[in-house]
Amino acid sequence: MNAIKSFAAFLYDFIVGDDWRMSLAVVLGLAATALAVHSGFNPWWLVPLFVAGGLGISLRRVVRKNGGS
Amino acid sequence: MNASAWGLLLSSFLASAVETVEAFTIVLAVGITRDWKSTLLGVLAALGVLAALVALLGPGLVAIPINVLRLVVGALLLVFGLQWLRKAILRASGYKAMHDEVAIFAREAAEARENPPADPSAFDQYAFSLSFKGVFLEGLEVVFVVLTFGAIHGNIPLAALGAAIAVGLVVIVGLAVRAPLSKVPENTVKFTVGIMLTSFGIFWGAEGAGVTWPGNDAALLAIVVVTALGALASAAAMKREREHGLAVAA
Repeated sequence: MNAIKSFAAFLYDFIVGDDWRMSLAVVLGLAATALAVHSGFNPWWLVPLFVAGGLGISLRRVVRKNGGS
Repeated sequence: MNASAWGLLLSSFLASAVETVEAFTIVLAVGITRDWKSTLLGVLAALGVLAALVALLGPGLVAIPINVLRLVVGALLLVFGLQWLRKAILRASGYKAMHDEVAIFAREAAEARENPPADPSAFDQYAFSLSFKGVFLEGLEVVFVVLTFGAIHGNIPLAALGAAIAVGLVVIVGLAVRAPLSKVPENTVKFTVGIMLTSFGIFWGAEGAGVTWPGNDAALLAIVVVTALGALASAAAMKREREHGLAVAA
């Protein structure tokens, strides 16, 4: 059981890394894009928007933690 | 060879080079302070496991339908690339310490000296484990890049070639200087790899979700440029903000 837990923790750290919010932004961006395509749109800008938003939020959190605005 | 193939070769080369530099530092520290034979056995064992992973997973990945592959690989490259890019931006702006191979070498060597082997002529389990872990963990990232990039281009051997050239080059230079390769601009390389992984992830992920990019494949170049400019601008703005904060505090 410990080995499974350790492996799961390793996988989480390997794939998700330091901030799960960026991974969530990626999943939401791709899901929203697939839904929009299914509804007949071509939202090529949606994934870049979610990616920039996810990374921006993550970086902003680090700045705030270190006393920034 | 077309531009896409060169992109594949370059991405796999850069990602592999930077990971090999990190693994080399650990192996060198353990080998010098403990026992070279056990250390090199650890390296060989890790390389064997990594090669087996590529051989096992590679054919399966290539067999996945292209749109599913683009979506899955795109998502993985994005979460992975964003981690690299985030760390590189934090290092470039001063919010995270730069990767210092000399300091890592000193720390690893000090730890290895703390528990000397009882019988110096016997197999050194500590040296084997440490070098195996170092090479396997750094190598896993290389395997990830080789498999994902290679699978989506339908050319895993070319991606593996880029990785092999990088590993060979780093090992040859490392053995020649017999010191940690501290002069390799690791953060710049990681910044570049982060931009490449994120850009390819955006392109393939969106395509896998069903999007048609304006300009088709030419859109990839625009994504790379916009991602690079955005990342550089973020790093510069955060650096300014940090320096302003330090000046106010002083």
